[in-house]
Formats: sequence, structure tokens, C-alpha cells
Amino acid sequence: MNVPGDLFYTATHEWVRFTDDGFALAGLTDHAQETLGDLAYINLSCAAGDTVTAAQAMGEVESIKAVTDINAPVSGTVAAVNEQTVEHPEQINADPYGAWLVKIGPYEPNPDLLDALAYELLIAQE
Amino acid sequence: MEKKTALYDAHLRAKGKMVPFAGYLLPVSYEAGIAAEHMAVRTAAGLFDVSHMGEVLLSGSDAFANLQNLLTNNFSGMADGQIRYSPMCNTEGGTVDDLLVYRKDKNLYEIVLNAANREKDIAWIQKQLKGHFALTDISESTSQIAIQGPRSAEILAALADSPLSVKHYTFTENIGVAGARCLVSRTGYTGEDGFELYMENQSAPLVWDTLTAAGRNAGLLPCGLGARDTLRLEAAMPLYGHELDEDITPLEAGLGRFVRMDKDAFIGKEALLSAGIPRRGRIGLEILDRGIARAGDKVILDGREIGYVTSGTMAPYLGKAIAMALIESGGAADGDELGVDCRGRMLRARVTALPFYKAAKK
Repeated sequence: MNVPGDLFYTATHEWVRFTDDGFALAGLTDHAQETLGDLAYINLSCAAGDTVTAAQAMGEVESIKAVTDINAPVSGTVAAVNEQTVEHPEQINADPYGAWLVKIGPYEPNPDLLDALAYELLIAQE
Repeated sequence: MEKKTALYDAHLRAKGKMVPFAGYLLPVSYEAGIAAEHMAVRTAAGLFDVSHMGEVLLSGSDAFANLQNLLTNNFSGMADGQIRYSPMCNTEGGTVDDLLVYRKDKNLYEIVLNAANREKDIAWIQKQLKGHFALTDISESTSQIAIQGPRSAEILAALADSPLSVKHYTFTENIGVAGARCLVSRTGYTGEDGFELYMENQSAPLVWDTLTAAGRNAGLLPCGLGARDTLRLEAAMPLYGHELDEDITPLEAGLGRFVRMDKDAFIGKEALLSAGIPRRGRIGLEILDRGIARAGDKVILDGREIGYVTSGTMAPYLGKAIAMALIESGGAADGDELGVDCRGRMLRARVTALPFYKAAKK
């Protein structure tokens, strides 16, 4: 299972990358895509300009097997949505850490985020 | 604690994602994933462990008369080596299970049951049987492997020591495959040509490995429960617990051709007759919006709930989300647009003729 060391994670299997220019990029982890299997649809309930709240749903992901919420990893304002990933969710299966979904900024720090080691421990227990 | 089939180790070696299902640990998918496994069956071949299915033998001079009473289909005029599908009704006309009957001899039939219903079915059958008969559950000692897809006949024929059945819904006993003696039927649950092989547990791992290796160049993949479900759904085959249950009659489920009202009597016949025209019917839906309708979602027409989704998925071969639903009779016709309440989001859906997918005739 791929868990890059330079990212942060939620207990609900989103990843977040903090960029040098002050944004937080969010996507679904390798473990999430592996568990869900072939992704069919992404339905985001947020658009650029909307406010999202950490640990609350900002959309849904549907695979053949199941549907699950996508939670915001941090609170803040949506700066952009990656339409490429939304239109082609299979890109998350192919490259989970490249296919980001939502760009948030400005954002508030979230003390509940896990570092790579903590996230690896979490998924090892599942 | 879930049971393991004789192929459990083979699934682990093939990196199967094991899940509990009907009391067994079975793979939901392997490394390729549900969509790739599904496509392998539509275009080449797929291999399934269906050892969880129940098998019982009904024998004796009254075996035939008992089948006629227990099941809704008609078993007269059946020859040895033929197979018939049938619902089994309760006295209210609801469905106890749907099953296959293999005629081995005029006084010997093998009945293949759904795994989750096995104990319930056997108790029900035992209670109804009359006259001279014996009922033997051979499920625990029997493994079942299905090979399905357009290339399954060539892969299996190359390994079999005698000719395979040519006609759909027929079987041949005592075919040697990888040293095992198998009952091989031309049946399946995918909408493709294919075979189901029944054998003793100890023979199953070698048969599985031999078929896997022999089929590799033809594009055969091992397939899990996930692909089994998406394949049967595209082919609009009913799944017990979804399209059928104790409260759904086979007539409501659209299985009227397997309910032979011209038979003298069978359990459930009077209830079905007195109910008259079924008040509900099974329909197909194509989801027009971005979303997948799932079992239990409400079907809405003009703001009114007219039924519910029994199964739904993203259909890998068709490339769209499809569903089956049970709705009020006459509630909608092919081509009509309905709504499906998908966890609070209303998805537009179009009523579509079943099956969604039919294999091209060869």
C-alpha cells in the first residue's frame, strides 16, 4: 500500500497536500481506491467559492461495490475543483496521489490529521 | 465463523480479496478488479468458485411426484441429462428459493440451491415430501467451479477426456478433467455460454489450477463475487434476497414461464391463482444521471413512491448504471422516465426492456 511520507491523512481515507503557495489539495488514498475497487462516479457537493468543514462530507464516491462520503480534510474555502478527476474517476484508481479532487484555501489547520506513519498504522488495523 | 471452500488457498495465492458470503469466505474480486473480471467473461472466459452453492439428491419412486408438488415448473417429459430451472413457492405464493433440477435418472434428481437458503430449503422440502423418497445433502463434500464466457468451451474441451454437453441446460456425468471425475453442465449465471463443474472437494484445487493455467493464453481470469453479481445483473437474472424472497411471487418477479399453472397442483398454486393479476412487476432501469441506484432505493413517479430498487450497479460491459426494480403493475412502460431516490438525491432513470445484455447467438 502506497502512503507517501510528504502527505497528511484523515481517518476516513482522504489525503491532503499542503502547497508552498498556501493551498490544501485533497484526494482519496491508495487504500481507499483499493478498498472501493473500480470507481464509477464522483459527485462533489461543493464548488469553487463554497466553504467546507473538516471531517464533513464534501461529496460522494461511487464504485461498483459501494458508495461512500468524501470528507473535507480541512476547513476552508474551495479554490478549485479538479473536473478532470471528477469526469474520469478511474484516474484515482490509476494514480490516487496525482488525481486530486478539491483545492482548498485559505484553510484552517486541522490538528486531527494523521501523518504517514500514523495512517499506515490505522490501515494496518483495518 | 465462516467456512472455507476447498479452493481457499488458491484464492489467497491469486490475491483474492476474501469476504464473508452466505457462511463462506469467498473472493469478492482478485487483482484485476471487478470490471476487468466482468469484461473477461464477456469477451474471453472467467473462472468462479461457486462451491458455496447447495446440492441435494432426491431419489426414490416418488421423487418425480414430489418435485411436481414442491416446484412451480413442470418436470414431465424431461430426459436423463436435462436440467430445468424452477422457483419453489411457499403456500402464500411467495418464493422459498429458486433452483436448478438435474435429472440423473427417472428416480434420481440433483437439486442445486442457493447457499444462503440451504438449511431453510432442506427443512422445507423435508416437511413436504411424501411417499417413497430419500433426500441427501451432498453440499459439504461437493465443490463447484464455473467456467463462463465465449471461450470457455474451447478451454474446457481441450482438458476434458470426453465430449461436453452441446445444448444449454444439459449435463454429462463422469467427465475426466485434471484427473477428477466431474459432472459438467452447460449452465451458468452470467448470460454467456459456459459450464458448471461439480466434483469431490479433494479434486477441486487441481481442477482450478489446471483450468487457470490452460485458459491464461485465451484471456481467462479468476472472477469473484463482485463480477458474478454485475454479470448476472446485466443479464437480468434474479438473485434470491433481491428480486425474489418469501414475500415476492415468481409471477411478480417476471418468472411466469417457469410457473406452470397447467400442472394439476403445486405448493403455492392456489394462492397465485386467487391473487389474480400480479400487483407488482419487475422492470429494468437505466440511470440517466451520474449515480448508481442501489437495492432499497425508492422508485418515484410524479412525486409518488411506486416501488423500490431490488439490485443496481455500474454495468461494466454496457458502461452505464443499471438497476432492476419491483414496481406497481402498470406503473411504467418501456421508455418512461422515473425518479430513483438515491440517498436523498433524485436520479432520473429510464424504464428499459430486460435483459440489459444478451450474448450474440453463435
